[in-house]
Amino acid sequence: MDFATLIQILDSTVRLATPLLFACLAGLFSERAGVFDIGLEGKMLAAAFLSAAVAALTGSVWLGVLAGIFASLLLSGIHGLAAITFRGNQLISGVAINFLASGLTVLLGQKWFGLGGRTPSLTDGGRFEPITLPFADAIAPLPIIGPIYAELISGHSILVYLAIACVPASAWVLYRTRFGLRLRAVGENPAAVDTAGVSVTGIRYAAVAICGVLCGLAGAYLALGLAAGFGKEMTAGRGFIALAALIFAKWRPWYALGATMLFGFLEAVGNRFPSIDLGLFAIPSQFVQALPYIITVVILAGFIGKARPPRAGGEPYVKER
Amino acid sequence: MQTSGRQATAAPTAAPLAIELRGISKAFGPVQANKDISIEVAKGSIHGIIGENGAGKSTLMSILYGFYKADAGEIYISGNLTPIPDSQSAIRAGIGMVFQHFKLVQNFTVLENVILGAEGGAMLRGAMAKARETLTNLAREYELDIDPDAVVEDLSVGHQQRLEILKALYRQADILILDEPTGVLTPAEADQLFRILNGLKDQGKTVILITHKLREIMEITDTVSVMRRGQMTATIKTADTSPEELAELMVGRKVLLSVDKRPATPGDMVLEVENLRVRDEAGVERLKGVSLTIRAGEILGIAGVAGNGQSELLEVLGGIARGTGTVRLNGQEIALTAAADGQTRRARGIAHVPEDRQHLGLIMDFTAWENVAFGYHHAPEYQKSALFMDNDAIRADAASKMERYDVRPPIPTLAAKNFSGGNQQKIVVAREMDRNPNLLLVGQPTRGVDIGAIEFIHKQIIALRDAGKAVLLVSVELDEIMSLSDRIAVMFDGEIMGERDPATTDERELGLLMAGVVK
Repeated sequence: MDFATLIQILDSTVRLATPLLFACLAGLFSERAGVFDIGLEGKMLAAAFLSAAVAALTGSVWLGVLAGIFASLLLSGIHGLAAITFRGNQLISGVAINFLASGLTVLLGQKWFGLGGRTPSLTDGGRFEPITLPFADAIAPLPIIGPIYAELISGHSILVYLAIACVPASAWVLYRTRFGLRLRAVGENPAAVDTAGVSVTGIRYAAVAICGVLCGLAGAYLALGLAAGFGKEMTAGRGFIALAALIFAKWRPWYALGATMLFGFLEAVGNRFPSIDLGLFAIPSQFVQALPYIITVVILAGFIGKARPPRAGGEPYVKER
Repeated sequence: MQTSGRQATAAPTAAPLAIELRGISKAFGPVQANKDISIEVAKGSIHGIIGENGAGKSTLMSILYGFYKADAGEIYISGNLTPIPDSQSAIRAGIGMVFQHFKLVQNFTVLENVILGAEGGAMLRGAMAKARETLTNLAREYELDIDPDAVVEDLSVGHQQRLEILKALYRQADILILDEPTGVLTPAEADQLFRILNGLKDQGKTVILITHKLREIMEITDTVSVMRRGQMTATIKTADTSPEELAELMVGRKVLLSVDKRPATPGDMVLEVENLRVRDEAGVERLKGVSLTIRAGEILGIAGVAGNGQSELLEVLGGIARGTGTVRLNGQEIALTAAADGQTRRARGIAHVPEDRQHLGLIMDFTAWENVAFGYHHAPEYQKSALFMDNDAIRADAASKMERYDVRPPIPTLAAKNFSGGNQQKIVVAREMDRNPNLLLVGQPTRGVDIGAIEFIHKQIIALRDAGKAVLLVSVELDEIMSLSDRIAVMFDGEIMGERDPATTDERELGLLMAGVVK
């Protein structure tokens, strides 16, 4: 593998990791507050659909993003209502959201556009264009640094940079602010927060809302950045991979960056080398493409050692008698 | 009420009141937890509230802390009518509460736990610095030393409780409520807590101590209020009363506080345990080579702070957990590994009243008669044929056992969860003791059990001993161990620290053993 190929793969890694990173951070906020969310997939899908639909109809990529966030927030609201207010089972609620999004996107897509569930292909203005960072052209001819800066670091859409900026921002919110302290406490021992005179419900809804916004960005990036429009089931399990990355990252923002980059890298390798020839035998393309999912299983099977989830995760808060 | 006359004269005359409750009532569905309760607590005093489990003590205090809303009644703080709709208002009114189960975030530091909910700004940096300074001052003022940067899960239970008190003081509480604070402490830690509480009192703070332990009330409180079945039955100056009188007020009848028993007449060796070792799921060794013996007609009491291996000892002997070492029953070795379960143990005549009756002793949603049969459901008298059980026979047997073991109400078709804690325990005791086991394993026999039932269960354990059976008693209640045991072994950190004769030892000595200080 030569240097240019490596840069291409890494470049592709960053792009493929972006939706995972948004979704992973989304899950992080929700789960750190004690609300488990396996509905990341559904929220991403709904956001991808609505953002693509609105972008196609208005021609405005930013209206598309807003619509995506709106769709995701709506589903977050349903999850919050079920999990926080009505103290329902969070897994069931998440599964329901996934089904709802999967069915509704195709149904509405067919009804609105008649393209078999797809949205029309987005053209200029309807999707995100790569941003060329300053001096990219000037630095490009330099050896090593040139390609790294001009191809790997420069030339992504604004959402990619936003996703990466969300990592330090999340860490700052979680560990440096009052809200973050309360959010982490609510996921560990909501009774401690309640007896301190702070609303458990309020903090959890706020966390779920942040999760909705970030999931909306993940979906919008899928449809408006990575692809040029919405396709049926286009999330392809990314919501679940983001969940796996979240566990891999032990519910920490910086680890989340590393975990999602790893999954992005595996996907990029799968795309670049459909089959890998080892001389004696060739690894079939199906295997390479399945690699991210296989790694997910291995990780979840406890390969990474003990990852301790937030103690109060998955449990609705009921005042004890 | 017989004491209503005393109530009027008992209240200190001129002392200003920290708290006055008037006519507080609270119902949970059909259950009247608090009925028209009025109480006055003098400023700068330690006021005890005593009552059996389910008497409504905790409900009353939760109302005062804004956790529940009273159906009726008024709360006056320092003479002013103060509605307390939520915990925030209680904190503002200067009330701090230390719950029985601590409300701490286990993976936070001491400092983070202190400021949670009282950060004083959107950013943490400033709040942390300020809290650190305040904490240092408070620690000095009240002798509540604690490392602000320690993570809570690394702290001892006693220190976690200190942290809860500090949390309240940091919020400038003038009134401190402690709910059953000594249940998890060693005697030495309890003494230290009482010193702290006296220190708080000297600084003019008001302390309300909720407990079911008569000894604590007598030792530290100035005034005591007694609750029974949701009502306040008396408020008396502690100096004017006695444990016997308080027990009678709590239960509503005369209670024998000391256990009446003849000296033991130990017979043949029943249980021999040698070098018993147990590892938990995480691979941590919980029993580190325990050896002990029990003879027929003898009660061996295991004292210790909860979590020092007593539970594991019971579980291995009861066949629930696995271990290594040698255990002989009547000279014959019993399996500790693959072949071990409760069923084979029962076949050998080992009965087990588990520590956690709601999870291990009973199935709460099942009826009393089903629960009476569990573990013995293969017994021939319960079978109608090879395929079918004789439910009528089980019901009849259950009815007879419930009658003899004084389970109230004696209705076999009632679900286990509908009995009070004491009566649930009597169901388990009836099932395990009535088959005349060679060895009875009994853990926390009176945890969450009211005084009347404690008396009954203690009598049953003594009766089994007098019938020439061996009993292994595990309890965190030192009083219980002292009064029932013929020999006392103290466990600390998975080891037996030593054995003592209850006639010649005292709480202080046992307390030092329990803390692992002397061997």
